[in-house]
Amino acid sequence: MPDRSQAPQIKDAIEYAITLKKPEIFTLDNGVKVYNVNAGTEDVVQIEWIFKAGNWFEESNNLASATNFLIKNGTLKKSAYEINEYVDFYGAYLNRSCYNETAVVTLHCLSRQLESLLPMVQELFLDAVFPEEELHIFRQNMKQKLEVNLKKCDFVAGRKIDEFLFGAKHPYGVYSEMSDYDALDVASLRQYYATYYQQGHCSIFSAGILPANYAQLMNGFFGSLPFNQLPIESPEYLVDPAEQKKWNIINDPEGVQGAIRIARPFPTRHHPDFPKVQVLNTLFGGFFGSRLMNNIREDKGYTYGIYSFLVNHIHGGAWMISTEAGRDVCEATVNEVYNEMQALREGDIDPEELLLVKNYLIGTLLGDLDGPFNIIARWKNLVLNGLDDSFFYHSVDTIKNISADELKAMANKYLKPEDFYELVVV
Amino acid sequence: MVKFEKFMLDNGLKVLVHIDQSTPMAVVNVLYDVGARDEDPQQTGFAHLFEHLMFGGSVNIPDYDEPLQVAGGENNAYTTNDLTNYYCQLPSENLETAFWLESDRMLSLAFSKKSLDVQRKVVCEEFKEHYINKPYGDVWHIMRELAFKEHAYRWMTIGKELSHVENAQLEDVKRFFFKHYTPSNAILVVAGNVSVEQVRELAEKWFGDIPSGEKYKRNLPVEPEQKEERRMTVHRKVPADAIYKTWHMCSRLDDDYYTTDLLTDILGGGASSRLYQALVKEQQLFTGINCYHFGSLDAGLLAIDGQLVKGVDIKKAEDAIEAELDKIRHGLVDERELQKVQNKTESVMAFEDMSVMNRAGSLAFYELLGDGEIMNTEFKKYQDVTVHDLKRIANAVLQPSNSNTLWYLAEN
Repeated sequence: MPDRSQAPQIKDAIEYAITLKKPEIFTLDNGVKVYNVNAGTEDVVQIEWIFKAGNWFEESNNLASATNFLIKNGTLKKSAYEINEYVDFYGAYLNRSCYNETAVVTLHCLSRQLESLLPMVQELFLDAVFPEEELHIFRQNMKQKLEVNLKKCDFVAGRKIDEFLFGAKHPYGVYSEMSDYDALDVASLRQYYATYYQQGHCSIFSAGILPANYAQLMNGFFGSLPFNQLPIESPEYLVDPAEQKKWNIINDPEGVQGAIRIARPFPTRHHPDFPKVQVLNTLFGGFFGSRLMNNIREDKGYTYGIYSFLVNHIHGGAWMISTEAGRDVCEATVNEVYNEMQALREGDIDPEELLLVKNYLIGTLLGDLDGPFNIIARWKNLVLNGLDDSFFYHSVDTIKNISADELKAMANKYLKPEDFYELVVV
Repeated sequence: MVKFEKFMLDNGLKVLVHIDQSTPMAVVNVLYDVGARDEDPQQTGFAHLFEHLMFGGSVNIPDYDEPLQVAGGENNAYTTNDLTNYYCQLPSENLETAFWLESDRMLSLAFSKKSLDVQRKVVCEEFKEHYINKPYGDVWHIMRELAFKEHAYRWMTIGKELSHVENAQLEDVKRFFFKHYTPSNAILVVAGNVSVEQVRELAEKWFGDIPSGEKYKRNLPVEPEQKEERRMTVHRKVPADAIYKTWHMCSRLDDDYYTTDLLTDILGGGASSRLYQALVKEQQLFTGINCYHFGSLDAGLLAIDGQLVKGVDIKKAEDAIEAELDKIRHGLVDERELQKVQNKTESVMAFEDMSVMNRAGSLAFYELLGDGEIMNTEFKKYQDVTVHDLKRIANAVLQPSNSNTLWYLAEN
């Protein structure tokens, strides 16, 4: 019979050496860089074509996301249906997503089908046509989706807090209105496509079990496209935060829960405080064992979950707390968030708690580096933010070595209630 | 091909070991053969509430999460209508910590009053967040009650109503634990950077002395065959009308499951599927439409749901769905179309198996189906499906007399 009152011996996770496998890099004839993590247990591949085509570059709202969404809805040779049928027939997934600075086309497929699918992807970057009818359907469906989403307090809260932090005209603060969809026209989409895709700036990230002739294949299909030839101008935007710090919005008079967002501006990954605050954030609200979760969910039962996180944009960010709580306990929840900030500013962090957070962070990092898709995701983040693996290793060192006093100093610098926007949407 | 070894402890606990030395991590997955279908109709939502209580301390260990996090691990759990699954991942050198934690909560819980009080509230907030405070949130409460008259699938995992969760008592928690959380009712999968010998030793050490308990014998009422079409209309504060249709289908264990699964892919699996192409793109009656099934262990439901473009008459929209169903009942699916959904299935399976955590969870699930090895042989069953099978199942399942239809209309 084992002694169950005694925990087994453990190796502290912080004693593990962590390495981030380097990608192989090759360059296509047109200068496009291809980053590859060739590894894995299953015969599958993921390739991402990343363009500087996010909403940072658009002149009217939703132009970037509409162009990205409709890029696979028709080419000179194929209808939207024919493209979808072709991709589905090979058991593949061709997705697209639009962010602030970048817009992405992603292919997932079995390795052996790759050669059949690359010509299809190439066609999207050569000959997308943006049919009027496809835009009409997109507009209609997106407007209706927006109308449904606007009934959700968490959706409304997510939009408004970004606006308070960055301003409604900034790419990080802007959001969709019905009229933005009406204003879209195919001529603008085609123009955006020509500038930011056809002759745009592209980089490629691939992972999985790649074929032996992968470099040749990619160069053959994408190396002679006119990518990365013309300069792309990056507009400047002024951050224009709201004056008023506290907001209450009533979205549904009969709602049973409120969506709470509490947030302050925060610098990018390039700021020296960033890695330290990553650790502090974990302790504060970044995982299931955090102070916020322990107090507000596990002790008081006000919410199903509460988290804090760093919002990481390329040009600026935020530190945000997010939860949905019972309507009658929203105020109490907000107060407890401030109480936890105060505890971090004034109290001392117990060495056991600090070791727990460090072990947890390193342990999950070990798990997060499992498999080629996870490794390439790390690299993509580094490369797109103009960083390399020295940032990664510096973050690991910070986790392993940061002291309670340094964390307290960070709390005193950043967790001041007067710096935070506070929003409750019921 | 996912290789594994299997053995059973004297108390009836099944143990599966899957080795993958490419990772520094280990995964411990414990599946209990109990879900919302095993609940008392007056105490629905209990299996899920109970899952929360499994983190509220066990007989010798006051807190589950903390020691795991100290060991560099993380964990989660979920409850379905059929089963409850707990999984954690941690550096493999700390594997024993997971054995210590999982075995203690299989031995017995702390049955803390405070934990019950708090988790009742937490689950009520979860209920509100997902099913009350969201447009269309109550659809499946309504649909399950319409489609099932006898079987316990007539309520959702979260529970039939808030009061069932609010009224849960500590005595109920104890009874539930000793009835369902026994070694003979559980499957343990250990995967990652481990060895079979090590797992055998740790399993004997930590789980070996847990009393086997009485094997729970499931004896659920069988849902009588539906003979007449059922229809219902509700009005809610939503921006657009929606339609939900379900049909009774076979269980996950039935040979016809594979054909039914492919049938739903042909109708509603992605951008080249029949319903999407005809009703969203060509006729523009819906803003989105889906066809899927619940893959439940007892006979369950195949479903189609769609949100209507504003201004479209719902009768017209439903007729358009029926016209597509009519085509698939009367015509033969093209061989290329069948091949397409088979290819898609192969690829979905390969992507699912990428992470050790998923492989561990899948092995536990297939062992529950009867044998972990099914995970490696199942694709053959998909390959064997013919266009004639598809027609046969379309005719057997997609009949009006077997259907339940909910019109979910916008109030105005």
